[in-house]
Amino acid sequence: MQVEHKRGKFVQADSTTLLSNEEIKIPFLRKMRPYIILSPAFLLTIGILIPFGMAIYYSFTNFSFKYAVYNWIGLENYISMFKDPEFWHSVKVTIMYAGLATVIETVLGVIIALLLNRESVIAKSLRIVLIFPLVIAPVIATLIWQLMTNNSVGILSKWLRMVGVDNFTWGADPKTALFTVLVIDAWVFTPFVILLVLAGLRSLPKAPFESAMIDGGSAWFTFKNLTLPMIMPMLLIAVLFRLMASLQMFDIIFALTRGGPGNTLMTLPLTAYTEAFTYKELGYSLPYMLILWAFVYLISHYMVKYWSHTQKKASGK
Amino acid sequence: MLLRKFLAIIISLVVGIVFSACSNSTQSSGSSVEKTELKKLDGFDWKRFKGEEINVMLNQHPYAEAIIKRLPEFEKLTGIKVKYSVTPEESYFDKLTTALNAKNGNPDVFMTGSYQLWEYAPAGYIQELDPFVNDKNRTSSDYDINDFFEGVLNADKWDLVPGHKVGTGNLWAIPLGFEINVLHYNKRAFEQAGIKNPPKTFDELIEIATKLNGWNGEGSYGIAIRGTRSWATIHPGYMTSFSNHGAKDFEIENGKLVSKLNSSKSVEITKKFVELIKKAGPKDWSNYTWYQVSSDLGAGKAAMAYDADNFSFYNNKEGASKEAGNLAVAPPPATKDGDVGSNMWVWSIAMNKSSQKKDAAWLFMQYFTSKEHMIWGATQANVVDPVRKSVWENQGFKERISKIEGYEETFKSIIDNSTIKFTPQPEFFNTTTEWAAALQDIVNGADAQERLNQLANDINKRVERLRVK
Repeated sequence: MQVEHKRGKFVQADSTTLLSNEEIKIPFLRKMRPYIILSPAFLLTIGILIPFGMAIYYSFTNFSFKYAVYNWIGLENYISMFKDPEFWHSVKVTIMYAGLATVIETVLGVIIALLLNRESVIAKSLRIVLIFPLVIAPVIATLIWQLMTNNSVGILSKWLRMVGVDNFTWGADPKTALFTVLVIDAWVFTPFVILLVLAGLRSLPKAPFESAMIDGGSAWFTFKNLTLPMIMPMLLIAVLFRLMASLQMFDIIFALTRGGPGNTLMTLPLTAYTEAFTYKELGYSLPYMLILWAFVYLISHYMVKYWSHTQKKASGK
Repeated sequence: MLLRKFLAIIISLVVGIVFSACSNSTQSSGSSVEKTELKKLDGFDWKRFKGEEINVMLNQHPYAEAIIKRLPEFEKLTGIKVKYSVTPEESYFDKLTTALNAKNGNPDVFMTGSYQLWEYAPAGYIQELDPFVNDKNRTSSDYDINDFFEGVLNADKWDLVPGHKVGTGNLWAIPLGFEINVLHYNKRAFEQAGIKNPPKTFDELIEIATKLNGWNGEGSYGIAIRGTRSWATIHPGYMTSFSNHGAKDFEIENGKLVSKLNSSKSVEITKKFVELIKKAGPKDWSNYTWYQVSSDLGAGKAAMAYDADNFSFYNNKEGASKEAGNLAVAPPPATKDGDVGSNMWVWSIAMNKSSQKKDAAWLFMQYFTSKEHMIWGATQANVVDPVRKSVWENQGFKERISKIEGYEETFKSIIDNSTIKFTPQPEFFNTTTEWAAALQDIVNGADAQERLNQLANDINKRVERLRVK
């Protein structure tokens, strides 16, 4: 007897209904099983949505830690923010920082991963050593770099003086502050890109590369037409993670310069923090965070879409 | 379908919770200066609140260490149990502000700086202390509030009117210890360079500091000064010279607070200060916090430092630093005729307005600001500078500070002109942080007058937001 399951009813091939769901008594716990399994995710969603909803609400108020009373002020915080030249400056700095950090780390990460993708003793040892910066908290890494770049006692400043560069003041000069934080960011996070790309490289099939070698394909030809398209999904994940984290970067900049010199490195997260905790203007700081959230959301949304597309392409679908 | 319904319920629940939470907050926010009604007590007794438990929030600091060390004695004397937390300064005030904003009475007592009172008092977070201090049934007869230095105690008084000076209105906290800003110099550096006396004027300071660049080999320089993009850059040496020069941060004009940071006096002293930094300060000055200033002085990198007077106290202790024993103290250099004073930083102890155990909390505050604890702290621990006049007359303390050349003399010469030189107003941290950013810009080449005009303009916009009269 052929039985087909159609919208909750068991139906015989000649369309005679045998038993309905109501007639089969499913135990309550079994019915609830999907929700029980999903409940941690629901709780997590609530845990995320409550502060998020509160952030939206407070962004329409003049809530400040400095006053006992706050009022609903509509779009005033948003209007002030968009009118403030410092906001546009922080958007510019955030985009520059995130863009440059992501590009530098991706390019460096791919090059180093390609160099480490061999079975020599040096490559094996370097694979372990290069991961070290990733296990150091960014704030600690920044403090180490702060010492190394200190003009009186820093080893890097000493080396620069030895080669005749006397007045390089790293994070203390507006002209070199962005460069300095990018160096630290690259030092801490390039290993993350290396790890992902290396994992991608080591999972590639050997056959296409052997064919290319037999056909006399150059190293650049192989990289451009085989390696890069095949590791693209991995690379995009690395780019996505780095871009999102760089847009939200706070700790390295705060620990090194607090956004200075002047306003040179005042990114969106730093401005939001300063408004909320130094100036105690929580209501005014929240639009900065919500704009940043919108940035991150939009970019990640389109990148995830593009990633799905490249994954299909890489698997030949 | 069912899943969508379920999600819709969840989202509605969240929206409901958010809005009810928010509306609750609106209702709970009350008037900021409600008077506290205290019940009448019959005579003073340390044991009256035996069995109560209070929560105390402390910043990681030698003053806090002194309190923690003597907690068992306090608990034995009063029978009050003390639960405390210690937080590093970097995150202390963030944590404290959010705790006070919760208005749940925890902590009952907390350490605070006087500048923070200008935010906490108008918000209604702090208990005014006059009803406690003036009540003989609550305050021990030997407490003697008049023993505190006037300028130091005044730092914790304010009438909540932006623009009115400290020293007016309620007492919001009791001082634990304070810092005045002085010139520290390395006697070895001065001897090597043939300089006999510390500089008395700002021009002399620039000249001597420039001469001392490189005094101790590569990387050594004339004078260490704070420089980060933080309010903490403004309040020590810079504000001391700023006020000694006769410049003002604000004035009240037509009932409005108006920034005077672009006045001619302000521009003059800012230019002088910037000249000092450029000629003899650390090259990476804008990375310098109090920690770098103090450690460069102690390590023999900086020949001088213009900062809190306790730097020499801590660095001069045997074994505490490379230059221990070589450091001496002089008054801040003058920019014009007349007596010099100093801006002041005061660590104090305050009571949460929402505390349910105010009398027990007051006993705690009283004990740890008493003459007896202050003398112990100044002679056996590191509670410097002591806030009570009697401690400065104590032989043990006098002997202790006599090891630092110029310490006591400098203190005595400037204490009468020293207090908080800023104009109290709730946007203090905003205005001073922006001020530090402007100072950084000027050191990096911006025109002083133009940048200070822009700063004054920005600050005027900020103070327009003030919601207290």
